[in-house]
Amino acid sequence: MSSDFERLLQGALVPVEPSLALSERLDRRLSTLTDAAVGELAEFDPRALRDPRRWARLVVAGVVAGGAGGALVLVRARQQHRRREASGFKALERGMREVSADMRRRLRR
Amino acid sequence: MTALDEKAELDRDFTELYRTHLRDVYSYSYYRIGNHHDAEDITEQTFLQAYRHFARAKAESNGRPLRPWLIRIAHNLAANYHRDRSRRPQTHLEDAAVISAPHETEELVTGREDATAVLRGVADLPDDRREALIMRFAIGMDNREIARALGRSEGATKVLIHRALRQLEGELEKRGETLDE
Repeated sequence: MSSDFERLLQGALVPVEPSLALSERLDRRLSTLTDAAVGELAEFDPRALRDPRRWARLVVAGVVAGGAGGALVLVRARQQHRRREASGFKALERGMREVSADMRRRLRR
Repeated sequence: MTALDEKAELDRDFTELYRTHLRDVYSYSYYRIGNHHDAEDITEQTFLQAYRHFARAKAESNGRPLRPWLIRIAHNLAANYHRDRSRRPQTHLEDAAVISAPHETEELVTGREDATAVLRGVADLPDDRREALIMRFAIGMDNREIARALGRSEGATKVLIHRALRQLEGELEKRGETLDE
């Protein structure tokens, strides 16, 4: 393969400069992404707890989480109570049926 | 080093990668797509996708240059672009638009008949040969880099480029467009 031909190819396939608008748009989008990522990380950084401005958010988050947890416990307690009530009623029903069956047996004799 | 410090370092590295290779990614996209507007879209998507996977790519690169990885992302996006276009049914109006808006790459070498003929010849090559020549001559990648970008062995890439050059030279000779002057 002649090197002249390769030089010709090099002269034809010249690198193309991106427009300034593209560079600026990409700069902006990447900056937004990196800032957002750093912001998210800062939320999980224990050093962030030293900043009193974050305490109110943490308290609110704690209250919300605590409230949700409490509500879940209440719902479960009510479900268990209903199950217990239901099983107690069924036992009573069963007992009544057994008593009436026994009465019928005795009367037939 | 805290997670924040690590993230800051990673972002600095990515910014450097982006600034160093923006022109490479754009040039590759432009020669693959053929118009500035869509080449800009492909370039933008390439860097956004690269940003999402940069930490893993950097860790897996073992210090090797990341340009082939970037070009591979652009390569896949360009392939998707062509696939989507070929699947989309075109209306008569769109057909007319395509005819009136040919591959713009020749505008780069307006007034240079030899370069125009070469670009036409490159455009007619099979996909893999054309892509390898764009990587070699428009971006200046070596065989090893091209091999990594195309997911081939170095030996296979060397053969691919050799055949691409031979085919292109032959085609230009056949058309009487060799430039022996």
